[in-house]
Amino acid sequence: MAHKEVIFGLYNDEQDLLKAVKKAKAGHMEIMDVFSPFPIHGLDPLLELEESRIHIAGFIYGMLGTLTAFLSMTWIFTKDWPIIFGGKPYWSVPAFIPITFELTVLFACVGMVVTFYIICGLGPGVTNPTLDDRISDDKFCLAFDKAYVNEADARALFSATGAAEVNSKNL
Amino acid sequence: MSSPVSLIREPLITGNKTYHQITEDLISPTEKTPPMSWMLGFIVAVTFLAVFVFTVGWTIYHGIGTWNLNRTIGWGWDITNFVWWVGIGHAGTLISAILLIFRQKWRTGVNRAAEAMTIFAVICAGQFPIIHMGRVWLAIFIFPYPNTRGPLWPNFNSPLLWDVFAISTYFTVSLLFWYTGLVPDFATVRDRAKGMRKKVYNFLSFGWTGSAKHWQRWEALSLVLAGLSTPLVLSVHTIVSFDFATSVIPGWHTTIFPPYFVAGAIFSGFAMVLTLMLITRKLLKLEDYITIEHIESMNKVILLTGTIVGVAYLTELFIAWYSGYVYEQFAFFNRALGPYWWSYFGMMFCNVVSPQLFWKKSWRRNIWLTFFLSIVINIGMWFERFVIIATTLARDYLPSSWSYYSPTWVEIGIFLGSLGLFFTCYLIFSRVAPVVAVAEIKSILKASGNQYKGVSHHHDGHQEEVHHDHH
Repeated sequence: MAHKEVIFGLYNDEQDLLKAVKKAKAGHMEIMDVFSPFPIHGLDPLLELEESRIHIAGFIYGMLGTLTAFLSMTWIFTKDWPIIFGGKPYWSVPAFIPITFELTVLFACVGMVVTFYIICGLGPGVTNPTLDDRISDDKFCLAFDKAYVNEADARALFSATGAAEVNSKNL
Repeated sequence: MSSPVSLIREPLITGNKTYHQITEDLISPTEKTPPMSWMLGFIVAVTFLAVFVFTVGWTIYHGIGTWNLNRTIGWGWDITNFVWWVGIGHAGTLISAILLIFRQKWRTGVNRAAEAMTIFAVICAGQFPIIHMGRVWLAIFIFPYPNTRGPLWPNFNSPLLWDVFAISTYFTVSLLFWYTGLVPDFATVRDRAKGMRKKVYNFLSFGWTGSAKHWQRWEALSLVLAGLSTPLVLSVHTIVSFDFATSVIPGWHTTIFPPYFVAGAIFSGFAMVLTLMLITRKLLKLEDYITIEHIESMNKVILLTGTIVGVAYLTELFIAWYSGYVYEQFAFFNRALGPYWWSYFGMMFCNVVSPQLFWKKSWRRNIWLTFFLSIVINIGMWFERFVIIATTLARDYLPSSWSYYSPTWVEIGIFLGSLGLFFTCYLIFSRVAPVVAVAEIKSILKASGNQYKGVSHHHDGHQEEVHHDHH
């Protein structure tokens, strides 16, 4: 990760943080990120975050699972090793539905979860620097990169919006 | 936009909690030396686990001739236990997925432990189909992989193979869903820890930071996983019921089986969740997070699903009579009044009669009665599977092959041992991970915390007065 000097304010309540984010946006200050102990509803539109497209990825993985299951069974039972079971046709579509369904769900879920961790840069053995240990407890953090935001402006914003603490850290 | 504060619903978090207090209450059990009660429970569970290892080892070494199955009764306690354990697992997914979609906030107090229960129950369930094969080292033959035997493929038209796919998919998806929910909470544990412990939880937390974009994706992922788990959980017990329903055995060959099995699965699963949660909330002092309101909600689900199961039993009897098919009629006559009449009446009493007590509100909110009934229901649901499997097989088309079955010490040992496996896993889980979802509890605090009830009179998100009262 590139070297970053970060100034951040810690808030005790998510409503205060939301107000600070609004104010920063109004002042055209570039927000580096917001960190919180739980998802804050109403934050995404303020930060102008686009809706996650992970469900589209999930749909594609699911379709892949559907095709894998259905085409494999079709090939195996009509081309590779056709066997008659109980006098039914080789290509007995209704009997393929349960496995097709299960593999659709399996591919969609596994694919989405793996995608989630990859695009978030998370995974086993990953260590990401955190700004404060209390962010996962009860503090709501608004962070600015000093390269883009004047430190005095940031401090003024934090004191005006009631941040409990203001700190700097190099990442 | 904050969640509206309902004035009608009871608080789901009591004790005037702050965010920090929630962290303290829910994480600290993982940081302390386990109390004596946990140690004793763990010793008992591991003892039973040893019984499991021994009896399974005995079965594998000597073969399934050590069981009392015979040519008439090919499935006994093994498949009964399998269906029982899978069914128990279903409540976890119902709570975590279906109640998420229905936006039931009370799920938040119990979903983590219920999902853990699902995973451990499916692990227990998975043992039985494998050991009942006899030659367990050939279990890999059930997977369709290019092999040197032709390649010879499994029969994709067989419900037993559908089961392999259903159970393994169910296990994988449940595990991923559960773990993804745990990642932010492991980060909370990590940020409070020092030394070696910090390293371990850093690994488990996957480097979680709580960034806004990550939370957004995390919520989107949870919702889609819930949406996929919902039909998945219904499909799993449906497919388990196909193991029976697609056969031509009178008493099994019925179209009512899928919904009846799913309702029974949820019924038994909720009973097991209640058994576990009532002990957990007492031992870990979680009464503020798993309130009487939670218990009452779960008892309502038990009453509903128990009644559905009861209707299904009666429908089966009616259809058997109405079909005019003598073999079907005999199968049900034999279930109720044949050599296994005691298991049929055990099932009827435990599953149909006993949950009706929950029509009375004060009984739904009675902890001791709930605990007692949760165990009664689990016994009843075990009887149900035994009734369906063993009693049906015992009286087949040929009276000359009629038989009776009772388990050997090995089969009893495997069943009791599987309880040891389950409780060993659950007890370890309760010490290494927060048993209540910390981040999710914090996210519902302002909507469901007791101190916020009756304070905010607006339903459009104005919570100004709430803050001032709180700070």
